[in-house]
Amino acid sequence: MLKRLLFDSKNLNVTVSRLCNQLLENHNHFQNSVIIGLQPRGIFFAQRIINEIEKQIAKKIQKGYLDTTFYRDDYKNNRKELDAKETSIPFSLDEKNVIIVDDVLFTGRTVRSAMEGIINFGRPNKIELLVLIDRKFNREIPIEATYIGKSVNTIESQKVLVNLKEQGYKNDKIWIVKTN
Amino acid sequence: MNLLNNKHLLGIKNLDLNEIDLIFNTADRFKEVLTRPIKKVPSLRHITIANVFFENSTRTKLSFELAEKRLSAEILNFSSSGSSVKKGESLLDTIKNILVMKVDIMVIRHSSPGVPQFIANNVDASVVNAGDGSHEHPTQALLDAYSIKEKLGNINNKKIAIIGDIIHSRVAISNIFLLKKLGAKVMVCGPKTLIPKHISDLDIIVENNIKKALEWADVANVLRIQLERQEVKYFPSLREYSLYFGINNKLLKSINKDLIIMHPGPINRGIEISSDVADSSRSIILNQVENGVAIRMAILYLLSLNIK
Repeated sequence: MLKRLLFDSKNLNVTVSRLCNQLLENHNHFQNSVIIGLQPRGIFFAQRIINEIEKQIAKKIQKGYLDTTFYRDDYKNNRKELDAKETSIPFSLDEKNVIIVDDVLFTGRTVRSAMEGIINFGRPNKIELLVLIDRKFNREIPIEATYIGKSVNTIESQKVLVNLKEQGYKNDKIWIVKTN
Repeated sequence: MNLLNNKHLLGIKNLDLNEIDLIFNTADRFKEVLTRPIKKVPSLRHITIANVFFENSTRTKLSFELAEKRLSAEILNFSSSGSSVKKGESLLDTIKNILVMKVDIMVIRHSSPGVPQFIANNVDASVVNAGDGSHEHPTQALLDAYSIKEKLGNINNKKIAIIGDIIHSRVAISNIFLLKKLGAKVMVCGPKTLIPKHISDLDIIVENNIKKALEWADVANVLRIQLERQEVKYFPSLREYSLYFGINNKLLKSINKDLIIMHPGPINRGIEISSDVADSSRSIILNQVENGVAIRMAILYLLSLNIK
């Protein structure tokens, strides 16, 4: 199995703080902005962003997490993703600026279903997308991220493997892996 | 990915613990969906469901219908009154005519035990038993157990008394199967004429004294006296039944313990349960109805995953 390292703990921290600064620049101290992490893996990365922002502005921000399983259009063919995880958005998203956070942007289908899920919680002013890794050239629907940690060129037979400490790994390591 | 082992839900008997767990966990997710401003998900938009009711129903039918609508399924409703069943059409002909209209899941209620199994043997669609005679009513048992779990945290070792008309009750049988699987201690209580002869073979306690049953139990699931299924008299009068087996505040006060009261509905107020008990804070009767939608959404969603 061929592996190429994209991030280790050190450069992941640098990227997280750059993304947070970009968010702060656009979101006016998060007065009307909320962060929604996507289940299952986007929530860990979202929590890092939230921690860093809360540290910088010294106040709590509104946050939630969303599971997109029931909104997917490919769930018949994609059986491993069918275990619905918890969703928690205990506030209305009416008139809010929503930032969706996920680890990897690939075909765009998860984000499409996430947007469908989000509008069930109200009509946001604006929806933005923040991803750690953007796999360019693999999009199946016209969705692009607003904030990107790193763009990579991948082909379909490759996978992005995200191992974060929050998932029980010793160190943060994010790889591109060739599967066959 | 976890899936149900079977393409039908015909009874609790065929479910294993992993499947029960999967249904409860999925119901948790749908319960959250039902708190959203828009309580609908598009998961079953490619699925057509027929609700085929050969017997009267309010709660179960509405609950299934709402669950199906919340999942965005296409719905077909059939009830035998006013249909060609009255003209003499056979059961299988009726069902096959409904299915030829490309129905994926059939929710069926019938007064004869075994009808859902018979249908499942003869058609390609998934079949959900919504009550067959005095045999099984699996979705009711699942929502009952789910409601107990929600209230008490778990079911293992909890003492549950099922009270009333056991002999005619599919709810009782499905509840016994499910609660035993989940490790509960189960008692049935009622007049001897309303308790099947060999029911203690199911490893449950049989009691004829209501006070003793309530003193023993953590949860009392009170069943309806099913007058429509009683061809012969099983007890002298409703008044006498109510006097000996009816649950009222006076009786509960004499026991002096926290007891959860359940009832699958419809309630005969003043007969098996008094209004002050049915509407009291220890009653979770309306929670049962609320949870019914989430449980049925979970079952229909999980069955839809098995449809090719």
